[in-house]
Amino acid sequence: MEKIYTRPSYIREGATSGFCPGCMHSTVHKLVGEVLDELGIVNKTVTVWGVGCCILGAGYTTHDSFGSPHGRACAVASAYKRTNPDEIVYTYQGDGDLASIGIAETIYAANRGENFTVIFINNSTYGMTGGQMAPTTLVGQKATTAPFGRDPKQHGYPVHVCELLATLKAPYYLERVTCLDAPNVLKAKKAIKKAFQNQIDGKGFSLVEIMSNCPTNWGMAPLETLEFMKENTLKEFPLGVYRDKDAE
Amino acid sequence: MEKRFMKGAEAIAEAAVRAGCRFFAGYPITPQNEIPEYFARRMPEVGGVFLQGESEVASINMVNGAAFGGTRSMTSSSSCGISLKAEGVSQAATDHLPIVVCSVMRGGPGVGPITGSQQDYWQATKAHGNGGYKLLVFTPESVQEAVDMTYHAWDYAEKYRNPVMILIDGVIGVMMEPIELPDMVSDEFIAQNKAAKKAAYAPGPREDGRKEKHPINVSDGGPMGRNHADWMKYEGWKENETDVEFYQTDDAELIIAAYGISARIAKSAIGILRSEGYKVGLIRPKRVYPFPTKAFADLCPKKIKGILDVEMSMPPQLAEDVDAATKGAIPMEYCLTSYGVIMNRDDIVAKAKEMLNK
Repeated sequence: MEKIYTRPSYIREGATSGFCPGCMHSTVHKLVGEVLDELGIVNKTVTVWGVGCCILGAGYTTHDSFGSPHGRACAVASAYKRTNPDEIVYTYQGDGDLASIGIAETIYAANRGENFTVIFINNSTYGMTGGQMAPTTLVGQKATTAPFGRDPKQHGYPVHVCELLATLKAPYYLERVTCLDAPNVLKAKKAIKKAFQNQIDGKGFSLVEIMSNCPTNWGMAPLETLEFMKENTLKEFPLGVYRDKDAE
Repeated sequence: MEKRFMKGAEAIAEAAVRAGCRFFAGYPITPQNEIPEYFARRMPEVGGVFLQGESEVASINMVNGAAFGGTRSMTSSSSCGISLKAEGVSQAATDHLPIVVCSVMRGGPGVGPITGSQQDYWQATKAHGNGGYKLLVFTPESVQEAVDMTYHAWDYAEKYRNPVMILIDGVIGVMMEPIELPDMVSDEFIAQNKAAKKAAYAPGPREDGRKEKHPINVSDGGPMGRNHADWMKYEGWKENETDVEFYQTDDAELIIAAYGISARIAKSAIGILRSEGYKVGLIRPKRVYPFPTKAFADLCPKKIKGILDVEMSMPPQLAEDVDAATKGAIPMEYCLTSYGVIMNRDDIVAKAKEMLNK
């Protein structure tokens, strides 16, 4: 019998992810694992985990990884990659980590054109700390620190990372995708694979932003979050390629 | 050995390169800019990496990233910049990364003046960052000593898998002196050391199958075991790693307690005092952590009339450790400057005479 589908070798046998039911983190982990297997690089890949729900991947995956303090993953990865250029390095970060406390590290790693990959999960909230307002929380969306909803007069507007980084010359590839249905999952995988292939080819900074949900902190059933995303999140954060030097 | 006439900051950078340091990240702040500037010129010559970080915080985390991969790595900063680096140094302490941090003290608190001071003793020895960790803190009094201590800093950092701090003041950083530079380690040593360190504590890929190591999660004996082991490591330092100079103390009736540039100035003051018949000596911690408690605890209250604490800090900081060592058995007085004002030799002479003439 031919085996046509299996657990990516990157995911630890018998391990549970620790993510809440319906959360897209699990899907993204599966996609990263499949890509690393397909590219044959899992044995020379190192993950730099951000802080937040993303760190749950540390106990779930099999390959080599280490943590970084809140927001610093891109700084840590810059140095690791520069001193170990033959290895494949990627950061795995959420929106609080990457776009708030770590926005400087993110912008400057991108601006230096560092040759590593960033997998960025944007779920519009601080998941692990319990639903505080994130840099990406939508206008009107409630959070524990914005109990009446995000008010631009008080809190400003959501931060758009791909658009922001696209103002810089150095980044090689920036794409925003989502995992809310099967066609989009396939597109997300394609983007992730391209971001790793770019690194293998030495092309420079590649970031894939994956629009995600948070059933727990949004206070919705998983299926409701998908409807919410279609109606709200994806209107604020349009999917698409924001930079692809291959196409230029 | 190569003889050169060099500025303290540049000599420290050259000593680091010769010790095999191949990664440096830093952020501009006076009075230590000559260190990153030197690395920026020197690293390309030796196949190393220099990165100017976007902040002190980013720089120290870059240094940790390089250390995870086994590369001997270093950063430097000054006072308020060292405060910002506390996040990464605390992380390096828990991740057991053998990094070297050069702290070039300027005035404070806060942003403070840019001239040399000794106001970061507590920062270096007591509570730099969160969580209760300790650094080995080397305090040279000359450019030559700064070179020697920097050159060997990674030997200690790697032996104990712990960050090491070179604590100098702005004076030693900008002072030029003739020095002897140690030999450059070989490329073979650098390659072997990197591979060995990476295999020992870094998470890098391995040919023999994947074996993840996550420093936040992994420790022998659980999370409390890690803290306990670190505590025992620090206790061991108190026995094995103190370093102190006794200068003309045999017949002394007054002991000056000082480190770094203040000790250097105090030695000059002792020359004047001795020529006038005043029996004054100096106890100089060459490392302020672990503190040489015994050196002060062994002082005889019947023989020593007093201790003169000489440091460029108000409030006095070294003084607290000295007083704790003697358990207050010997009266202490102070000769202090602060806020970037350099110690005056004549003030030390006058204060010592006043104490001995009582």
